[in-house]
Amino acid sequence: MSERDNRPVLLEAQGVCKYFGGLKAVENVDMQIREGDIFGIIGPNGAGKTTFFNMCTGMYPVTKGKILFEGNDLTKLNTEEIAEKYIARTFQNIQLFRFMTVLENVKIGCHVQTHSNLFDAILHSRRYHDDEAYTTKKSLDILKRIGLYEYRDVKASNLSYGMQRKVEIARAMALDHKILLLDEPAAGMNPQETQSLMEFIKQLNADGLTIAVIEHDMKFIMNSCNRILVLNFGQKIFEGTPQEVKENREVQEAYFGKGMVAGEALK
Amino acid sequence: MSTLKNLWQKKRWIFWLLIVALLCVPPMLKILGIYKIKALYLRYACNIMMYATLAGSLNVINGYSGQTCLGQAGFFAIGAYTCAILSTRLGVSFWVLLPLCGLASGLIGLLVSLPTLRLQGIYLSIVTLGASEIIRIIAQTASITGGAMGIKGIPYPWLFGLDAFRPEYYYFIFLVLGILFLFCTSRILGSRVGRAWISIREDQVAAKSLGVRTSFYKSLNFVYGAFWAGVIGCAYAPFVNFIESSQFTTDKGFDVLAMIVIGGQGTLIGPIIGSTIVTILTESLRFLGVWRYVIYALIIIAMMWLRPQGIAGATNSILAGGKVKRKPQKGKGAKA
Ligand SMILES: Nc1ncnc2c1ncn2[C@@H]1O[C@H](COP(=O)(O)OP(=O)(O)O)[C@@H](O)[C@H]1O
Ligand SMILES: [Mg+2]
Repeated sequence: MSERDNRPVLLEAQGVCKYFGGLKAVENVDMQIREGDIFGIIGPNGAGKTTFFNMCTGMYPVTKGKILFEGNDLTKLNTEEIAEKYIARTFQNIQLFRFMTVLENVKIGCHVQTHSNLFDAILHSRRYHDDEAYTTKKSLDILKRIGLYEYRDVKASNLSYGMQRKVEIARAMALDHKILLLDEPAAGMNPQETQSLMEFIKQLNADGLTIAVIEHDMKFIMNSCNRILVLNFGQKIFEGTPQEVKENREVQEAYFGKGMVAGEALK
Repeated sequence: MSTLKNLWQKKRWIFWLLIVALLCVPPMLKILGIYKIKALYLRYACNIMMYATLAGSLNVINGYSGQTCLGQAGFFAIGAYTCAILSTRLGVSFWVLLPLCGLASGLIGLLVSLPTLRLQGIYLSIVTLGASEIIRIIAQTASITGGAMGIKGIPYPWLFGLDAFRPEYYYFIFLVLGILFLFCTSRILGSRVGRAWISIREDQVAAKSLGVRTSFYKSLNFVYGAFWAGVIGCAYAPFVNFIESSQFTTDKGFDVLAMIVIGGQGTLIGPIIGSTIVTILTESLRFLGVWRYVIYALIIIAMMWLRPQGIAGATNSILAGGKVKRKPQKGKGAKA
């Protein structure tokens, strides 16, 4: 029994399937993400990783199986409800409000933490002032934390890919949820950016955030995750610690082919 | 320079006060007998302000939440008819009718928005266009709306005992409504609600992933836009004194649409500019008859091409960029 087994389960998938017509994009996947994990999900392109995240966040209805968050069934909830109460996420194909500034992007992330309505806005009620103060402070704090404070007034689409991904993370952080799902956060980043992102994610985790991350960068995965799930053709082929994944033959063959890419990547 | 900038940032209300004061000058000249401006010109000015607010209400929907409503003439008609019926039959005061007509129109807006929440783009446009046409046809046939005869003799508002039918007085009704609209709308846009609307316009998937209840906010947006169209309709009915269904055809809706396309969507100033341009063009091109619509069409086509968000439209928006393609993914992510 490892230390991890004592931590409570946060996000759980029970026999989850997603079929697109005849295509079994995700087939019978079980998963338990525990509080404090940096949980890696790897697998070749088309393995069903993004589809799996989309089911966890209510963007795709689940064909079969169940998704639970701290015991609450998310299977029937829609995206907004899940985002409101449980899970924050980023997207593989960056979905920023790209014509808006970095700060505006993050401010929208504060939506669920604030509650003023139309009349509060028109009358500039106490609640409006509280919300605005909270939103501005919170957004700027997050931008400072993630190192984008200087870019707060820059239009999101004018930033490099690496920074856009960070803005998306900043925006998701504003939701203040216990878990953050990252879909290929290092894609499009240069090695330095990847390195700093990895350190940032570890820091977030150390500060109490549970993270699930889909990533192709093996160095990133091996160095930051404490647990890794391997998908191939929609099926879970392995789950274990980075060390176990490294040593598992099936994973190596499925994921890396039988070449030397594996040896290279795992150094 | 820096002191000027400082003044602009801190004392913005002085600037607005100045503009309002300037706007008060033309009718005041007439009222005080200093200069006899033609009543016709004052009526044009009333039209400009009225359409600026009506276009503004459409801009709330099309320009801020990214929904495409083509049926603003219908909401305008609801306001005008509610006012005409209740004031001629029951003698309800204009000042009570203003919010009431807004609510009536907002309610219809809600009814239209509910079944259309799942629709987007062209489908939503068609439904709103249809709704507007249905409202007009009902107005044309029902007896309560006076059928094809319309409703005559809509009483003028009580205005401190002044002759409200004179355009130099009615001017202030439109001015105050316009200012009220801008005041409320700018405050909403600067709040959580406005951010939610804009986030839906910019990227609905992202908005949902951040917990923005898109259906609710789209509905709210529609209701708010319809509310103001209703209020303005209510102010319109006594102004023209006589209403009938042909004043609320879809052509009217397209005129208002032309105003925001030309003037600009997604900013508060855009519809004002659009209303000014279109109203002045309409009046000065009357000699061309229906050919003036060709000119509108050309302007709109040119606009779509050169500046899709309109003259003063939002630049920080997808409206300005159209369908900008995302650059292809590069780097490590691309290979498996
Ligand atoms: N909306 C969809 N409709 C049909 N097929 C889809 C859809 N989304 C994903 N797929 C298919 O599901 C499979 C898994 O895709 P995806 O989850 O994006 O893979 P990954 O993220 O692991 O690269 C792919 O074959 C993809 O073509
Ligand atoms: Mg993917």
